[in-house]
Amino acid sequence: MANPPVLRGILALLGCQLAGEVLVRLTGIEFPGAVVGMLLFFVVLRLRRPGDSSGLVAAPKLLLTHLHLLFIPAGVGIVVYLGRIRDDALPLAAGIWVSWLAGFVVTAWVAALLLRLGKDRG
Amino acid sequence: MSLHAHETWEWLIASPLFGITLTLAAYACGRYLHRRTASPVFQPVLVAIVMIVVVLEVGDIDYADYLAGGDYIAFWLGAATVALALPLHHEWHLVRRALAPIAVGVVVGAVVSISTALFVTDLAGGNRELQLTMAPKAATTPVSLALSAQIGGIPALTAAVTIVAGITAAILGPWILDRIGVHDLRARGIAIGSTAHGIGTSRALQESRTEGAFSALCMGLTAVVTSVLVPLLVQVL
Repeated sequence: MANPPVLRGILALLGCQLAGEVLVRLTGIEFPGAVVGMLLFFVVLRLRRPGDSSGLVAAPKLLLTHLHLLFIPAGVGIVVYLGRIRDDALPLAAGIWVSWLAGFVVTAWVAALLLRLGKDRG
Repeated sequence: MSLHAHETWEWLIASPLFGITLTLAAYACGRYLHRRTASPVFQPVLVAIVMIVVVLEVGDIDYADYLAGGDYIAFWLGAATVALALPLHHEWHLVRRALAPIAVGVVVGAVVSISTALFVTDLAGGNRELQLTMAPKAATTPVSLALSAQIGGIPALTAAVTIVAGITAAILGPWILDRIGVHDLRARGIAIGSTAHGIGTSRALQESRTEGAFSALCMGLTAVVTSVLVPLLVQVL
């Protein structure tokens, strides 16, 4: 198997994140630095237009393939709140699932409707 | 010769090696089950969390000890967020032409998520602190956590709630979208990114690159919009 230059890609990802984190702290904006890093990396990709064999594509692909893995430690943190969750089980469950479902369904319908309208007009 | 069982155990649970290996092993088991059963209920992340919780309970190991290794894994979440620019870059020709539906979808999603979280939690008997804990749950974890602290919720519980919402979307989201007749990949991505942040986005990426790209962008925008709307809506509602 050819070894894609993943190292350069990892460096680019961490570099963008670092720049984003430094930027939000310097400006005092209350915003996740990683999301600013995403915008910076997007600009890099638009300018460089790397091919599939480039590390700039291989490294993000690797991370995104295993994105789920990265949420596991925080998910385990729910354990710490088991006592609390037992006491307030009903409002917590209702708050999470009813509210999530409402937001999800309404957003899906609104987006689908607007996309259809846009197509009809164009 | 006697074995240094106690010392070895103490070293093991305090070592990052323990948390990292346990997490990777549990994740590998989750992926294996998911592939073998082909069932959306066996989400690798859900299976892995349950397995690790069982190990921690049985071994009487503190979450803080597990985090000595777990933190090394969670560290990569930031870089993975940056990596979401890739699907966005690949699908930009589609995204560019759908900016209005994206913007409206994200704002509507945020308003409905925040207001129903406050309202339903109240209705089900939750106190104000719990309502405030629930309000920012649609935003990605670092943002929901910070917002929760800002408005007087319980930040760590908000993080847990945010993750549960994401896992729910990863398991049920695509099935619900089929049921309610939303087949447009772009609309599916907008709905998932607006209400289920990174966990939902990784499921969307499994479905299609287009869906993943829309979800990634909406996840970022939802972080912005939620940060602005939560403090406002909490004062009104």
